[in-house]
Amino acid sequence: MRGFTYERANSLAEAVATAAHTKGAKFIAGGTNLVDLMKLQVETPTHLIDINDLGLDKIETKPDGGLRIGALVRNTDLAANEHVRRDYAVLSRALLAGASGQLRNQATTAGNLLQRTRCPYFYDTNLPCNKREPGSGCSALGGYSRQHAIVGVSDSCIATHPSDMAIAMRLLDATVETMRPNGLIRSIPIAQLHRLPENTPHIEYTLEPGELITAVTLPKPLGGTHIYRKVRDRASYAFALISVAAIVQRDGAGRVALGGVAHKPWRVEAAEHDMPRGAKVLTAGLLSNARTTHDNAFKVLLVERTLASVLNEAKG
Amino acid sequence: MTTFDPSRRKFIQTTAVSSGAVIAARLTTEAEAKSVLQPKQVTEPAKINILLRVNGSEHQLMVDPRMTLLDALRERLHLTGSKKGCDQGQCGACTVIVDGRRIVSCLTLAVMQEGHEITTIEGLGTPTNLHPMQAAFIKHDGYQCGFCTPGQICSAVAMLDEVKAGVPSHVTADLTRPPEMNTVEFRERMSGNICRCGAYSNIQEAIAEVVGERA
Amino acid sequence: MKFDTPASSNPIDQLKVIGQPASRIDGPLKTTGTAPYAYDRYDVIPNQAYGFVLGSAIAKGRIVSMNLSAATAYPGVITIVTAQNAGKLGKGDFNTALLLGGPEIQHYHQAIAVVVAETFEQARAAAHLIRVEYARSKGLFDLAAEKPRGVAKDDSNTTSKSAVGNFTQAFSSAPVQLDASYSTSHESHSMLEPHATIAAWDGDQLTLWTSNQMIAWAVSEVSKTLRIPKEKIRVISPYIGGGFGAKLFLRSDALMAALAARAARRPVKVSLQRALIPNNTTHRSATIQRLRIGATKDGQITAIGHENWSGNLSGGGLEAGAVQTRALYAGANRMTSNFFTLLDLPEASSMRAPNEAPGLAALEAAMDEMAEKLGMDPIEFRLKNDTQVVPDYPAKPGASDAQSNTAQGAKRNPHPPFSIRQLTKCFQIGAERFGWDKRTSKPGQVRDGRWLVGMGTASAYRDNIVTKSAARVRLDKRGHITVETDMTDIGTGSYTIIAQTAAEMMGVPLEKVTVRLGDSSFPASSGSGGQWGGNSSTSGVYAACIKLREAIALKAEEHQAKAQQAKFNITDAVFSDGKIQSGSQSILLADLAGSRGLVAEDAIEFGDLDKRYQQSTFGAHFVEVGVDAATGEIRMRRMLAVCAAGRILNPKTARSQVIGAMTMGVGAALMEGLEVDKRYGFFVNHDLAGYEVPVHADIPHQEVIFLDETDPISSPMKAKGVGELGICGVAAAIANAVYNATGVRVRDYPITLDKLIGKMPTMV
Repeated sequence: MRGFTYERANSLAEAVATAAHTKGAKFIAGGTNLVDLMKLQVETPTHLIDINDLGLDKIETKPDGGLRIGALVRNTDLAANEHVRRDYAVLSRALLAGASGQLRNQATTAGNLLQRTRCPYFYDTNLPCNKREPGSGCSALGGYSRQHAIVGVSDSCIATHPSDMAIAMRLLDATVETMRPNGLIRSIPIAQLHRLPENTPHIEYTLEPGELITAVTLPKPLGGTHIYRKVRDRASYAFALISVAAIVQRDGAGRVALGGVAHKPWRVEAAEHDMPRGAKVLTAGLLSNARTTHDNAFKVLLVERTLASVLNEAKG
Repeated sequence: MTTFDPSRRKFIQTTAVSSGAVIAARLTTEAEAKSVLQPKQVTEPAKINILLRVNGSEHQLMVDPRMTLLDALRERLHLTGSKKGCDQGQCGACTVIVDGRRIVSCLTLAVMQEGHEITTIEGLGTPTNLHPMQAAFIKHDGYQCGFCTPGQICSAVAMLDEVKAGVPSHVTADLTRPPEMNTVEFRERMSGNICRCGAYSNIQEAIAEVVGERA
Repeated sequence: MKFDTPASSNPIDQLKVIGQPASRIDGPLKTTGTAPYAYDRYDVIPNQAYGFVLGSAIAKGRIVSMNLSAATAYPGVITIVTAQNAGKLGKGDFNTALLLGGPEIQHYHQAIAVVVAETFEQARAAAHLIRVEYARSKGLFDLAAEKPRGVAKDDSNTTSKSAVGNFTQAFSSAPVQLDASYSTSHESHSMLEPHATIAAWDGDQLTLWTSNQMIAWAVSEVSKTLRIPKEKIRVISPYIGGGFGAKLFLRSDALMAALAARAARRPVKVSLQRALIPNNTTHRSATIQRLRIGATKDGQITAIGHENWSGNLSGGGLEAGAVQTRALYAGANRMTSNFFTLLDLPEASSMRAPNEAPGLAALEAAMDEMAEKLGMDPIEFRLKNDTQVVPDYPAKPGASDAQSNTAQGAKRNPHPPFSIRQLTKCFQIGAERFGWDKRTSKPGQVRDGRWLVGMGTASAYRDNIVTKSAARVRLDKRGHITVETDMTDIGTGSYTIIAQTAAEMMGVPLEKVTVRLGDSSFPASSGSGGQWGGNSSTSGVYAACIKLREAIALKAEEHQAKAQQAKFNITDAVFSDGKIQSGSQSILLADLAGSRGLVAEDAIEFGDLDKRYQQSTFGAHFVEVGVDAATGEIRMRRMLAVCAAGRILNPKTARSQVIGAMTMGVGAALMEGLEVDKRYGFFVNHDLAGYEVPVHADIPHQEVIFLDETDPISSPMKAKGVGELGICGVAAAIANAVYNATGVRVRDYPITLDKLIGKMPTMV
């Protein structure tokens, strides 16, 4: 871990301003991803701004019936929140499928959205990785790639986004509220938060340097049956091979998002009108431009079979 | 749908060149090499004075900001019950309880924990005054090598409080109702504590006994 | 004490303390975080500096240059040791690759430097500043690709080839035949405690507080590697955070700590970072196995052939998956071969039940496949081919036939009898307990909601090894017994069963026994490995206690003579209730100890009973799995092991050994595999997120039944090993259950959903 200076921010505006004018500054909240990567020097911030005292840990109902979730709400608290359990069960389920009890107590809502990939080549600094060292090459291509992405991939990167929570947030059309370095607030639809790798896999989000997520808002509840199905080799405490988040209405209409298949939460709205037509058609629409490797080609069939199971379950 | 053809990958071409022959491979980037020369990389980060509250006692410490809570507990306070099994948040052996909640102490910095109430395995009980969970682990042989055990016990104690507080889990069937106190729940909730010796079945017996006694 | 005739009645048979399910005597320390593991020993010596090990970034080749200047200049850095400044080093007999690499690199993450600094943070940061330029050379990394070049050659433990009768002819003429290939993955021990050592020099005297299963081996290997006399080395390892074979030998943590402490002129502590464990240390080699079984239509095996390929660095040993096939089932015509395949991956070595664990994963799956061809119940087929003698017993490696004859001069028996073999009983009891009769022989028939449900079984088999073990026993004036031996407790319960042994032998309660382990200043024991430790080390304690009893009896005689009491009859003396008793007379042990106490030391040395009889442990595994009909996810529902392993010295700790092994077997069956990057030549998933081992949620309640058995041919304890038996066969039982649930036979471990879903019924 490289040396850094540390401060505990007392005000939001101050934190954002400091981040903007301090080269190499990063915010730290839960730390579960950042501290890990700093030990490996995958992350090398020169200054850490601890934002845990900023009071961004409230969950409030909005006048429109939606929910405003503070950026620092811990994963445990978000999953246990009674509104979330009742009206956004898919979010609760997704959170509870992720990590471990300990990590959910530490990890925050915003931090979870900004998790970096778990690609082993990203973690091993001896190996080329375009995400870690732009231009060095992608080791996962032609390497061990069972966990890797099958849609939205590029010749530069086939990493996946590891979050479960983000899949549910994408399904729910969440909006990310941020404060920019100039102190202004902006809203980013979650669909626009995460980027595909293209030829700049090191740029993962549409946030500006120093821009801080302050909250995530959810539109009013959608009703329907909420399902989050995470498929993994071991029964718990493992990243998804794939996951399916779905909300299915009584008439079979609904929406679906996939985890473990792309560099970002994967949702194809245009394909969703096919939901009543079953898993095969739906899969074709969701994964129409899939590019698989030898190791992860199974994910296409796995998505189809899991979708079939989820749609069956929704029928009750 | 297409499958990547590895033969077209630039990387593979490089390897092909190396086949049989010996090539020099520079595994560091220019950027990294340059950064070595920057003076800021060879100066120590300023130490920070913190007050850590552990097992009811306060400790004034000057710490390197890079020091994790785990290393502060072990290397500075000599509370070596919390173990460094992976230092990556992947095993749970360093689990401690902060403000009543279990966390992995390897993924938080000591400087971030000022003002919090930290409980380690040493704060739960001693060999002559065991916590009920510690006694239950002994009775049911809920351990073998013992290395993951402090983390398992801290985790189990705080886990039961989570269930009591109504926090649901991945296996909670009905999210609108309070979770049940049963082994299916406990197995899921304890999954962040790896025991390579495989004492899981016995650990569950130990936890069940503590719950029985409480009930 | 020489053990060369089967044990007759002895004090152990009382089973007042030994054989009882005592809680571990080290439990209060382990559960309170006060048991001192290697990296915890801040108390043993002041002024410890921190060492951080740098691993090679390439798998094979040479270091062209190493630039240490930035690292050396880093604040707090005391010294950096590399192959260039380490001085001339030897190599231990048990190491294949050098523990300190450079300039030649033999495997990925081979240690190439240790950075010593005042703090851990400084050492780690400085290690990242070392600039290394490598010349990468071509290597062999793919077992399947190199398999055709595999050669059958013996290693130090294993005869690679054996044959009886005419396998080829018998197989080709067999009415029912199976010819199937299986594979198992490279596996990592992944014990929770990474290898760790604190090293300190006092002049030319080296002390290592470390984590090692075999203290005497460690001393001798340190001596060879550092080229210093054994007398100058002390190794201390009282608590070990898991080993499973990974800590049998000297590893880089200990060597680098010793070198670092010498260079830094102060104590240095080193713990290997988790990401180094799979590639820097040892692993179990993957295997490829071919099984051919021929049988009559009524299920009598007439031909059985097992070929096995494993990989290792040049000079390394075998993962000899075919060995148990020589002994497990009858059959007149047979062959086994274990092929060594040269690979440039990290060093392969022993992991829990080496040979049998992967070997049975293949053999016991093949037995089920054959049973199905025969239309027989898998248990019935196994029992029909049970045997009470070893069908194929090749000479040990390097031994001429004459050398392997017994000490009594008897000619080597090509079919020695088993000392005791109750495999059939294990299956009978297990089948009844598990409800085997409810299994449907046609696969894919049982459904429980989302889950396809199946049952599976497999034989468990593992040889019992006995080896010399010494101990020292002391009686003090409080009547307290202290046992000292360099035996280790790696979670096996050694502290407790040794205390139970001493308590039984000396007639004192368990609370009056203190056990001190894991210190090279104590008499050399068997150490822990190969499931030989429990039986051998307690036998050593037995021997020492017999000697102490004799010394006490002599004192009792003197005591009686002095007191002018009736003569004490030593031959019928009984040790009980803290006293030595004879007839109506009794004397407190405390009164005989004298102010300086009484001490006895002895070793158990085993004769040739293990050559005249095959000593093995047996079991039957039963499992029930659920397979998600859509996703192919496999989850364990029930597990039962029935074990016949001689006298069980402590049913509580022995049960733990078995459930732990069953759990590791679940890992091997369903999730564990070190994935090779065949371009770069390393294990990619080198941490505990990438290399998945079972978690709580993977393991259901586990049941273990021990047959009431004693084996007087094994040792005076009449016990055998049990720590490895529990893993043997588990993977196959699970594979057989998955087949029973789904109708899909997966022959490549681990059985992950991607190998199933393409063959499972389509979802509608």
